[in-house]
Amino acid sequence: MSFLTLKNITKSFGPNTVVRDFDLNVAPGEFVSFLGPSGCGKTTVLRMIAGFETPSSGSIHVGGTDVTALPASRRKIGMVFQAYALFPNMSVRDNVAFGLKIAGMPRAEIDTRVAEMLDLISLGSLADRYPYQMSGGQQQRVALARALAPRPNLLLLDEPLSALDAQIRTSLRDDIRRIQQELGITTVFVTHDQEEALSISDRVVVMHKGRADQIGTPAQIYNRPTTRFVADFVGKLNTFEARVESPQSIFFAGQNIHDPRHTDLTPGAPITVALRPEALSLRPRPGDDLSLPGRVLHSTFLGSVIRAQIEVAGQQVSVDMFNRADATLPVAGDMAEVWFTRGDVLVLPSVM
Amino acid sequence: MSRRFPILSALIALIGAAFFIVPLIATFNFSLRMKRGELSFEAYRSVFDSDVFLGVLGFSATASLMAILMGVLIVVPTAYWVRLRVPRARPVIEFLSLMPLIIPPVVLVFGYVRLYGSSSILPLTMTEAGTNVLLVIGYVVLSVPYMYRAVDNGMAAIDIATLTEAAESLGASRLRTIVFVIFPNIRSAIMSGAFLTFSISLGEFVITSLLNRPAFGPYLVQMGQDFAYQPAALAIMAFAFTWICMVLMEAFATRKPGQRLLPWRAPRSVTKAKS
Ligand SMILES: Nc1ncnc2c1ncn2[C@@H]1O[C@H](COP(=O)(O)OP(=O)(O)OP(=O)(O)O)[C@@H](O)[C@H]1O
Ligand SMILES: [Mg+2]
Repeated sequence: MSFLTLKNITKSFGPNTVVRDFDLNVAPGEFVSFLGPSGCGKTTVLRMIAGFETPSSGSIHVGGTDVTALPASRRKIGMVFQAYALFPNMSVRDNVAFGLKIAGMPRAEIDTRVAEMLDLISLGSLADRYPYQMSGGQQQRVALARALAPRPNLLLLDEPLSALDAQIRTSLRDDIRRIQQELGITTVFVTHDQEEALSISDRVVVMHKGRADQIGTPAQIYNRPTTRFVADFVGKLNTFEARVESPQSIFFAGQNIHDPRHTDLTPGAPITVALRPEALSLRPRPGDDLSLPGRVLHSTFLGSVIRAQIEVAGQQVSVDMFNRADATLPVAGDMAEVWFTRGDVLVLPSVM
Repeated sequence: MSRRFPILSALIALIGAAFFIVPLIATFNFSLRMKRGELSFEAYRSVFDSDVFLGVLGFSATASLMAILMGVLIVVPTAYWVRLRVPRARPVIEFLSLMPLIIPPVVLVFGYVRLYGSSSILPLTMTEAGTNVLLVIGYVVLSVPYMYRAVDNGMAAIDIATLTEAAESLGASRLRTIVFVIFPNIRSAIMSGAFLTFSISLGEFVITSLLNRPAFGPYLVQMGQDFAYQPAALAIMAFAFTWICMVLMEAFATRKPGQRLLPWRAPRSVTKAKS
């Protein structure tokens, strides 16, 4: 069952179509992220769900009701903005209480609910502060509490962590996910940070030029990208030009690789084969059944990871290996063997 | 490396200051000499003793306050709407708001008299109340350039669009958004616009005298023709009043939410903390 349904949404600003053919079904209580580069239309879709923009065509349903024409103030949607957008003239308490006062809730109930929300974000002690007296992380928590206080149908967050520094970003990210699961609220989260999207979402929508390129769980998006764009955008990739040799095998980097997973490919078709750096190793691990010969170009020690650049079949390949006490840094100029398993080979359509 | 004291600059500053200060001191000194051979506040006392003075001051103050109220009610929603909905029209609106500085008040008031005179559909000038309404409208027009600027600057300082969206997503209607979110956040800007409106309207002469209202501006001019010392006293008081307005404007403008207007009454010393 779908709680939030976007059907065939298109949005144009004058002659520019910035969102096209956008379909999405979000289950109740699900956490969905929109991931994509700047300008791909993430914010625009979110604003259409919130009611700040009207789709040029298509419809939006929340909980079975068509809200496409409903003004934002009647949609019961909680929104968190990148720039916090707390009301500067109100204390933390009054900010959180705002939506409740507007809804006409009795004073005593408001007090209880506000205390409850402040507990949820562990900022009860700062209830009487004003926004200018708080750090960005604290302000964003308050903004979250303010959005959640009226018990909205949906929670929408537009890059809520982008303005914060790295440490607070991860801790607040985890808080958002914890609170979301505690309340079971259906959530749409916009980000251009893949780590953020992959780490907190039930499903990720990778957007590209106004379209949903791929919708799937974080693992599906990362391990089985279905388009060239998704593969390039999410994670780092080593790509090889390749050719379908027979329905059972593909040829790349000077080798024929038997790959029964891709039997639907036409023999002779040019394709692209990709390998994640972390799927590769310079020593055979249990299960590694394939290898390519190469030469070490250089290597870098990154603490938990050793990153080596290897020249394989005339092109540069990144290899990431976990650091261990007995690991030695590959020496530039040495010959090396790059190991991986058949299952790590990603086959991508050549043209997108 | 030591810098030499900038003698030339200081000299220029002093000469500049003298232009303001010398006449002021002279006027003040003169206003104290109503009684021969001694310095006294006699001129001030005689001004305050006059019923006419208190009457015209009351009238002008009331008209100015009405003008402020009307100006705020017109300018705030307009500036808000322009910023939110038609930001590209902002330069045009800003230019329009300057028109009252370009068109002389005489032209304005003659226009009024023609438009709302005895033979018009809306003969406002035929009644006392109607003329007062016209006077207030005239004051509003004169103060629009200042009010608009002040309010628009105030709106530039906060993120109007996002705050509006935040309020809307919490269920607030447009009106409630303006009243509870926008208004309080540009209060200091509105206050400075209000003080400017007040000081413009209080001593306004052209419109007021042509509409023949018993107000402060015409009274001041009349006094200047009839007496010697009282006008000086009035001028000094008007000057002091303007300065009080400026100080109040400053106090409102630099106040932060949650702080009292008078800082020594309730010092809030909450320091910014990291989360
Ligand atoms: N009000 C508007 N008028 C005209 N064009 C707009 C408007 N809002 C957005 N756009 C255009 O729509 C496109 C998508 O914008 P959007 O803000 O949705 O991108 P985004 O994915 O959120 O990017 P970012 O990561 O930079 O926030 C952009 O090319 C932008 O210029
Ligand atoms: Mg955006």
